[in-house]
Amino acid sequence: MTRESEQYDAIVIGAGHNGLVAACYLARAGLSVQVLERNPHIGGAAVSRQLYQNFTYSNCSYVCSLLRPEIMRTLELPRFGLQIIPYDGGCTMMQGGGHLALYDNHDALRREIARHSKRDAEAYDRFARDMIRQCKFIKPLLMREPPDPTSFKPRDIRELLYLGGHFNRLGEERMYDTLRFWTMSIADFLDEYFESEIVKAHMAGSAIIGTALGPRSPGTAYVLLHHYMGDIDDTVGAWGFARGGMGAVTKALAASLQASGGTIRASAPVERILVRNGRSVGVALADGEEIKARLVLSNMDVKRTFLETVEASELSGDFLRRVRNFKIRGSSGKLNIALDGLPTFPAIPAGSPSTRGDMHVTDTIEMMERAYDDWKDGAWSRAPYIDMLIPSQIDPTMAPDGKHYMSVFVQYCPYQLASGPWDAAKRQAFGDTVIDTIARHSPDFKSLILHAEVRTPFDLENEVGLTEGNIFQGELTFDQLLFNRPIPGCAQYRTPLRGLYLCGSTTHPGGGVMGAPGANAARAVLRDLRLAAT
Amino acid sequence: MSDSAGTAPHYTRPLLPTPFHERARALSQVDSFVPWAGYTTVDVFTNAGQEYFAIRNACSVYDLTPMVKYRIAGPDAGRYLNRLVTRDLRKLRVNRVSYCVWCNDAGNIIDDGTVFRLGETEYRLCTAERQLDWLLDSAIGFDVQLSEVTEEIAALALQGPTSCAVLKKLGVTGIERLKPFEFSCFDATGMRLMISRTGFTGDLGYELWADPRQANQLWDALMTAGRSRGIRAIGSRALNMARIEAGFLMPNIDFVSAEGTVRVGTSRSPLELGLGWLVDFDKGHFTGRRALQEQMRQGLQRQLIGLDIAGNKPAANALLYADRKGQREIGSVTSAMWSPTCKRNIALAMVDAPHFAMGTTMWAEVYLSRELVWERRMCKAQVVDKPFFAPERRRVTPPGDF
Ligand SMILES: Cc1cc2nc3c(=O)[nH]c(=O)nc-3n(C[C@H](O)[C@H](O)[C@H](O)COP(=O)(O)OP(=O)(O)OC[C@H]3O[C@@H](n4cnc5c(N)ncnc54)[C@H](O)[C@@H]3O)c2cc1C
Repeated sequence: MTRESEQYDAIVIGAGHNGLVAACYLARAGLSVQVLERNPHIGGAAVSRQLYQNFTYSNCSYVCSLLRPEIMRTLELPRFGLQIIPYDGGCTMMQGGGHLALYDNHDALRREIARHSKRDAEAYDRFARDMIRQCKFIKPLLMREPPDPTSFKPRDIRELLYLGGHFNRLGEERMYDTLRFWTMSIADFLDEYFESEIVKAHMAGSAIIGTALGPRSPGTAYVLLHHYMGDIDDTVGAWGFARGGMGAVTKALAASLQASGGTIRASAPVERILVRNGRSVGVALADGEEIKARLVLSNMDVKRTFLETVEASELSGDFLRRVRNFKIRGSSGKLNIALDGLPTFPAIPAGSPSTRGDMHVTDTIEMMERAYDDWKDGAWSRAPYIDMLIPSQIDPTMAPDGKHYMSVFVQYCPYQLASGPWDAAKRQAFGDTVIDTIARHSPDFKSLILHAEVRTPFDLENEVGLTEGNIFQGELTFDQLLFNRPIPGCAQYRTPLRGLYLCGSTTHPGGGVMGAPGANAARAVLRDLRLAAT
Repeated sequence: MSDSAGTAPHYTRPLLPTPFHERARALSQVDSFVPWAGYTTVDVFTNAGQEYFAIRNACSVYDLTPMVKYRIAGPDAGRYLNRLVTRDLRKLRVNRVSYCVWCNDAGNIIDDGTVFRLGETEYRLCTAERQLDWLLDSAIGFDVQLSEVTEEIAALALQGPTSCAVLKKLGVTGIERLKPFEFSCFDATGMRLMISRTGFTGDLGYELWADPRQANQLWDALMTAGRSRGIRAIGSRALNMARIEAGFLMPNIDFVSAEGTVRVGTSRSPLELGLGWLVDFDKGHFTGRRALQEQMRQGLQRQLIGLDIAGNKPAANALLYADRKGQREIGSVTSAMWSPTCKRNIALAMVDAPHFAMGTTMWAEVYLSRELVWERRMCKAQVVDKPFFAPERRRVTPPGDF
């Protein structure tokens, strides 16, 4: 199939998990595939690295739920070493010393919530039910190409009918709920279920993670759903650890790709996507080397792809304006910490498994909104929302025996500081804010710290290539979802340049270690080539 | 278990012991406990078959404490309940009990339960599942106080032909005058007991409501009084047999609460569950009324019915077909058993229209294990009247001394 001048059927720019997923599907369909990765290591935001002694960090993403089981199965990821272990537990420690824990066992959970509100303990079932109802609606849409509502192509009409029919099967009442869900703020949404502040604060966390929105901003309810729609072994909403850190996902993908003949080159930054007559014909690397291919798939976000890697003269002004307007504000930081032992959290009673899951210290929605206010002012939150886990309690491969690895996701941290550019001192100060926040709930925490990696949105952009450090390669707001992701008219993985496709989280259905964008993009490519996906 | 169950934190021991746990624990021979509404309860003490015959032949004691109980009081309590449930509660007098169901706006069942009228403006609602959330939301616009009182009341079901005699022996004077669905307070052997003539077995029987601090005393007194009358503690397995014979429905077995369903089309209305007799369109507005009226008008698409199935193998979860070849699926079995009292192979089943008409025959797909060699049988089944077993003694007042 490769023409003489072409070295490969397809080049994939970026060895993030979506680039690798797309590459795997293409290679399995018989195409020759070359993945080019800028960094010396692969994985993008799904990576495990050893930066300090024998500790393994999940440097960016740290927990797994969204990765589509059909992808794991088709690409035989378990055979190539991937194992996902669910965790239970989770808690929010309160400023006054109390706590709310989450337990797997339904009766334990009910009694736990009832300590704060008897009514909320039962309303939780209604909440969980509504989340599952909405997930059931959204799940079938994940592994499909969103239809273009303005197109009359049979496939688009078929997909629109599918979407419509899908809505129809929901029943009238649930359709109303769906629309409300996709547009409400998480604070308003939770008020319809719960009365206790601590319960609401705990539930609201997943709705602000990675967003440039506060809990009172419309659109945050959807983000909660986005974090709920995964499952582990059919348990909806369950989260787990990839054994060996999130890099295990991309490691298994790389092995699967190589087994079907694809190749990966690290330390190969693409400088330009080569275009002839409105068609991409290959790429040029930073050192000038040109590699020709019939197809190019970009795992980079839409801004990086079109504003930095394609000659502007090859694209229309209107298109570039839309690309520029794509919202991709970064708002999250990350600390990875090597610990000399397990820190103690006095608020959590001995014997409670809740420290084995996600731990938080923000106990009111108000506090969360104030944390957002700091970000709007161009500063990191003085009292940040943190999502803190100690994976080494469950995954023995992450730290030496008796020692522990702690992952701390931080919301909010701006890409641009009002006080001027990021530098080492400011990064340090940001890290200290987070460490002090944790230390308020764990007296021995600071003394156990052996090493800490601190990452700001600015670092995420530079090191991972995420524009402005946005973890989802573009914000998950309703104006940028489904057939509007990333931008209207460019939502089906294809681009204005023939032969150039987008395959990263910047496309439908969006961010998270899900693999769906990569798989859908590969399917679009194969459909254009009239080849069947395997 | 008995020493730590009460004090252990919920994250190491999620299930609570009932006030009768110590006694039940001591009688349990096979260590078979199951969770029920947050409590650990006995599934089988010794042998479910023998426990079942205590219900039908003598007298059985079943720990009912986990039944979720709500106190509903206030000037609007009656109006509140009447709007909540599908039955006309305006006629419910003090010291009477009514079996009710309640629905969501779509007319689908949320739960069933019993309403006790304790006073002019005070009621108790007993349900199988927790639903404070729904009950509180339903109180918008009503002057009522609502609280869960499950832990404040210990309850035992005393069921079977000798149950009245046992209570008499216990010293409950006047118990024989209590009519079905009536309750009253009694003093017996130094205890204050509320006793209702209610139950889940379709037999003569009573439910005893007591102070949890007197649980052991009540249990011991009953066992002593009933010794010569064949009294026996039973687990939920035996009770389940009796309730199928009586045609009573079990939430999460015969239907799923409309509050809990996540798929479209899996909720059930009282009409579909064959509980149309509990729906009163003449009483004024109630939640779900409009949807149920519409369903009445359009006719039912499916209904829960009783089946008599050929052979003696219980048709648990069997799919039902209109034809013997099994090509036209028309429903499925929700509860099934061989009835030791009726000597019939009976089942409750949800069946599509028009196959739920009385006397219709159909085929049940039953899988049989012959020492792990599996066989598929198509068993002929016929729609029959429920309840399958309804002895006269359940209604007679005063009850005879069986
Ligand atoms: C701090 C953080 C925490 C997160 N936590 C979670 C989590 O716990 N769970 C979860 O599911 N999701 C999480 N996410 C989101 C998730 O990790 C990302 O949405 C997802 O990994 C993105 O994958 P991708 O393949 O689409 O893109 P990326 O991972 O961004 O991959 C793009 C790749 O392209 C490469 N690249 C860029 N430019 C070039 C170039 N010019 N030439 C060659 N290569 C190039 C990059 O180096 C990178 O490897 C988190 C993200 C971050 C940043």
